[in-house]
Amino acid sequence: MGNACDRRSFMRLAGLGGAVFVSGLSGWATAAGSRDNAATDFFFVQMSDSHWGFEGAPNPDAHGTLQKAVAAVNSLDQVPEFIVFTGDLTHTTDDPQERRKRLSEFKAIVSELKVKQVYFMPGEHDAGLDRGKAYQEFFGKTHYTFDHKGVHFIVLDNVSDPGASIGDEQLSWLALDLEKQAKDARIVVFTHRPLFDLYPQWDWATRDGARALELLMPHANVTVFYGHIHQENHHMTEHIAHHSAKSLIFPLPAPGSQPKRTPLAWDSAQPYRGLGFREVDATQKSADYSITEYPVQKG
Amino acid sequence: MTRLNNIHTSPQRRRFLIGAASVGIGLAASAIAIAQTSSQEQVIKVVASKFTYAPNRIMLKRGVPVALEFTTLDVPMGFNAPDFKVRTDILPGKASQVRFTPDKVGEFTFHCDLFCGSGHEDMTGVIVVT
Repeated sequence: MGNACDRRSFMRLAGLGGAVFVSGLSGWATAAGSRDNAATDFFFVQMSDSHWGFEGAPNPDAHGTLQKAVAAVNSLDQVPEFIVFTGDLTHTTDDPQERRKRLSEFKAIVSELKVKQVYFMPGEHDAGLDRGKAYQEFFGKTHYTFDHKGVHFIVLDNVSDPGASIGDEQLSWLALDLEKQAKDARIVVFTHRPLFDLYPQWDWATRDGARALELLMPHANVTVFYGHIHQENHHMTEHIAHHSAKSLIFPLPAPGSQPKRTPLAWDSAQPYRGLGFREVDATQKSADYSITEYPVQKG
Repeated sequence: MTRLNNIHTSPQRRRFLIGAASVGIGLAASAIAIAQTSSQEQVIKVVASKFTYAPNRIMLKRGVPVALEFTTLDVPMGFNAPDFKVRTDILPGKASQVRFTPDKVGEFTFHCDLFCGSGHEDMTGVIVVT
């Protein structure tokens, strides 16, 4: 994707799911020397599915993994311009008080991230049982937009409805927002669930996701980053690229690779295997995005 | 009808009786239709509860229509079998149903698609069609 220069080595996505290791260039001169408020190169970090409050064999360090990820992001060579958390910040509990306790603890841990701005959105584990009520007390709106250096970011909520619908109201809101965008505007969408039918047999879909894609389709430069499936997956719906992120609690199996979507077992020989976060480079020259995957812990 | 003819009735009462007879005939026809359907259609009751279905392995025959009847013992649940394009909400105190005719042989996953708590992801089952 793209032929932009990079600060260092990075994983370049090659079409559908392929990844090629490219030796990057040092330096990040273009960003430093850009015009004020112009569309300039920048990078952000995507973190996802920390499931704070989860306990179980798939992650014996469930109480420490999120903090390790925060430390790893803080140790990046350069500070990201913002961080986005694509849902399932906490693990479900039926107890509304415990849910708030988990959200509060999560918020305290991620407040240690050394970055100007962190954007949040809920996953079904945060919001599915109370339609996002507790989540909104801590993090505000579940769908919103923001702009950053020439890129229009749209955060969509496809989890507060327990039936995994975006809903008519939010779709109308999306349509209104997109009307204001040029057809060649650079648009990035963040969701928790995939907007396309990745593997509906495991509920890896959004019931009315096709309607959102229909609205996005007339725009030439759209990319979607999502979570939910606890692993990397790269998919194209026509010209729209969809990239799922790794989790920060346990990896899940590849779609349909086993009868049940049970978490992959913790490998004590390779602790934290399959867990991590990613850096996304947005370059001025191209509407494509370079993705660098990072493990929770090196080694 | 012979007995009806022998009864002396007012025009209003006659109309009522004729109407009632028509309804009776209609009901009888419906009953026959249901009986004919039932003779082909398999009916399976499925009970959902956190976080499982009973049964969670549903044995069907290809080409034989089935009606799956759902109830939930606790919270709202979903049933979704994407391979057969059938789904329903399962709400407390109310039975819900999906009807379809399996057109392929194999094992097909179904799952709860209404987020119902920690364990929701484990709420799956298999339709086995032979």
